[in-house]
Amino acid sequence: MPRTTPRTMLGKIWDAHEVAPGLLYIDLHLIHELSSPQAFDALREAGRAIRRPDRTLATADHSVPTDGTAAGSLIGRPLARRQVVTLEQNCEEFGVPLYSLGHERRGIVHVIGPELGVTQPGMTIVCGDSHTATHGAFGALGFGIGTSQAEHVFATQCLPMLKPKSMRVVYSGELGHGVSPKDLILATIGQVGTAGFTGHAVEFAGPVIEGMGMAGRMTICNMTVEGGGRSGMVAPDETTFAWLRGRPGAPADFDAAVEVWRELRTDEGATFDREVHVDASRVSPMVTWGTSPGMVIGIADRVPDPDASDSESGRAAGRRALEYMGLRPGNSLTELPLDHVFIGSCTNARIEDLREAAAIVAGRRVAAGVRATVVPGSQQVKADAENEGLDRIFLDAGFEWHHSGCSMCGALMEEVQLAPRQRCASTSNRNFEGRQGHQARTHLVSPAMAAAAAIAGHLVDIRDWSQGHATADPR
Amino acid sequence: MRPLTLVEGGVTSLDRDDVDTDQIVPARFLQRVERTGYGKYLFHDWRGDGDVDLRPNPVLVAGANFGCGSSREHAAWAIEDFGFRVIIAPSFGDIFAGNALKVGLLPIRLERDACRAVVDAGTVRVDLPEQTVLASGRQWTFDIDPDSKHRLLNGLDDVAITLREHSDAITAFEARHDLLPLPDTTAL
Ligand code: SF4
Repeated sequence: MPRTTPRTMLGKIWDAHEVAPGLLYIDLHLIHELSSPQAFDALREAGRAIRRPDRTLATADHSVPTDGTAAGSLIGRPLARRQVVTLEQNCEEFGVPLYSLGHERRGIVHVIGPELGVTQPGMTIVCGDSHTATHGAFGALGFGIGTSQAEHVFATQCLPMLKPKSMRVVYSGELGHGVSPKDLILATIGQVGTAGFTGHAVEFAGPVIEGMGMAGRMTICNMTVEGGGRSGMVAPDETTFAWLRGRPGAPADFDAAVEVWRELRTDEGATFDREVHVDASRVSPMVTWGTSPGMVIGIADRVPDPDASDSESGRAAGRRALEYMGLRPGNSLTELPLDHVFIGSCTNARIEDLREAAAIVAGRRVAAGVRATVVPGSQQVKADAENEGLDRIFLDAGFEWHHSGCSMCGALMEEVQLAPRQRCASTSNRNFEGRQGHQARTHLVSPAMAAAAAIAGHLVDIRDWSQGHATADPR
Repeated sequence: MRPLTLVEGGVTSLDRDDVDTDQIVPARFLQRVERTGYGKYLFHDWRGDGDVDLRPNPVLVAGANFGCGSSREHAAWAIEDFGFRVIIAPSFGDIFAGNALKVGLLPIRLERDACRAVVDAGTVRVDLPEQTVLASGRQWTFDIDPDSKHRLLNGLDDVAITLREHSDAITAFEARHDLLPLPDTTAL
C-alpha cells in the first residue's frame, strides 16, 4: 500500500497495533513476582481468564535470593517466599509459562525477554516495571504499566493508551577510548535532564548507535526512563537480526521475518515532535555525584557548586544531594574510598558487560575493605560467563559471584542493602536516596569503571587505567 | 466494581491538606500480594498514633490536594476497601482522582466552605445522576466527566468497558495479527 506521509518507527508500530482509536494491542506481557499478584487477584475476583497466556511470560527476579536457592518454597524470607510462591501458583492457575527459581531460563525480566528471542522488532511489549523501555533496543515499543493496566492486558490483551509524542536523539561523532554506552546515556540524561524525555517515545539514532552492539543499545534504551521517557527505541538492523537468529523464540521462517522488520525503520523525511543532538565524541566516562541520574559529571570533572544553579529549587536539590552523598563542591570523585562495588541489574549485567569488567579485573585483586559483587542478568548469562571462565577471574580477584536477580539494584531485601553512609559504585540505573539502602550512597558507572574501582578501592578514570593495563572491549 | 447512584449517610472528616499516598497507605504494606484487604492499613500510622478517628461512613470529607504523591493504586484500594464510596475535597491529586474512579470511588470537588458545611451537617446525600450534594437543606452541584459518570452509574470497570465495546474488534484484529510470526511463549 503506497503511503504518502513518511512515518516514524513509533508511528508504524502504533498503526499496526491500534485495534480501535486509542486502544493498543499488546504482543507480549512480561510479569514478575513484585507487581503482578494484585492483577491476578483482580482477575480472580472478577471471574476473568487471561486472554492470551501464549503472549504472556513470567519470571522471578525482584525478590529472589541470589545464592542458588532452588525453589520459591525454599526462600528463607517469609515475604519474598510468599511473593515467589504466589507467582508460581498464579501462573499455574492461569496457564502462564514461568521461569521461577531453579529454572535455567530464569533471570531479570528485561534480560531474558531478548535472550529468549521473544523480544522482537515491531512488537508492543509491556511489563509492570518501568525499565520495560529496554526492549525498544530491538525496534519494539516497550513501556512500563501499573497494576490495573496489567489486569487490563491480562483480560483483553489491549490497553487504552494515548500515543506518546515522538522524539529523536541523534548522536554525532564517535565514542572515545574507554567511553561506553552507559556513559553515553548518562551524559545524555545530564544534558536533557531527568524530565527531558517526558511524554515522548525516544528513538536513539546516529552512527554511534548503528555501530553499537545489542547489549549497548539495551543499556541506552533501559535508561530512557531515567530521562522521563516511557519508551526508548533503536531501529532494527543487521546487528539486531544477527543477534536474534537461532534464539528459542525466533520466527521459524526467520528470513521472511527479517524482510518485514526491515520496513520498520523511520522513513526518510518523517518528522519528530522533538529532536535533540548530542556530540558523542565529547562524552567522557561518566559518574553520578548526586541523588538523581541527571546529577552526573565526567570522571575528570569536579563536583559542581549547587549555588551555581539558576533556580532556587535547583540550588536546594543540589545542596540536599551533596549532603546526602557526603560531598562538597569541588571534590574530585576519584578521591573517595568505596565500601562496595555492584556489577549487575537490567542495565549492565549481560555477558558483554561481564566480559568488559572481567578484562579489567583479570589477574588483579579487589582492594582491601571493598566488598565487590557480580550478579549476572540471567542464569543463561551466568552459564555463558562460566563457560568462558569469567567466574574464575572474578572469584580469584576476590569478587562474589552470584545467581541472577535484581539484587542490589532494587535492593528489596535486607541482605542486599548497604549500611547507612556506605558508598557504592554501581552499574545499575538509579541513585535515588535510599535506593540501595537507608542513607546509602550510590554512584552510577559503567561496568569497566565499576571493575576498575573495585581494584583501586576508589573511582578511577578508566582512560588512564587502560594505558598499559588491559584495554576495554569496545564491543 | 459496584454501581454507584445515590449515596446517603454519615460523614467522616479528615481536616488536613496535602495528604499524600504514602500517608494513605504506608509504603511498608505494599509488599502484600493481595488486591483486597487494604482497608485495615488506611491511614495506618495516624490511626496508630491516635491522630485520626476514622469512623466507618460512606462519605469522607478531606482537605485540599488529597491523594497527592506517587501513582500507586493502593491508596484508592484502601479507601474503597474501608467502605467509603465518596470523597469530597477542595481538590485532589491528579493521578489519585483517576485511580479512585477506576475502583468505583466518586471524588467530588467542592469549595472549602461547602466541605465544612457538609462536615457540620454530619450526614449527606450524594446524587450522582443529578450531580448534587445535599446536606442540612443546602445543595451544591459538582462536575464529573460523562464517561466516568456512565462507568460509575453502571459499575463498569475499564476491562468491562473494553470487553463490551471492543470484543469483536479485538477478535477481528487477532485473526489478522496472529498470522504474523509472533513468539508463542507456551511453545518455547
Ligand atoms: S534490575 Fe533493577 S531496574 Fe532492572 S528490573 Fe530489577 S530492580 Fe528494576
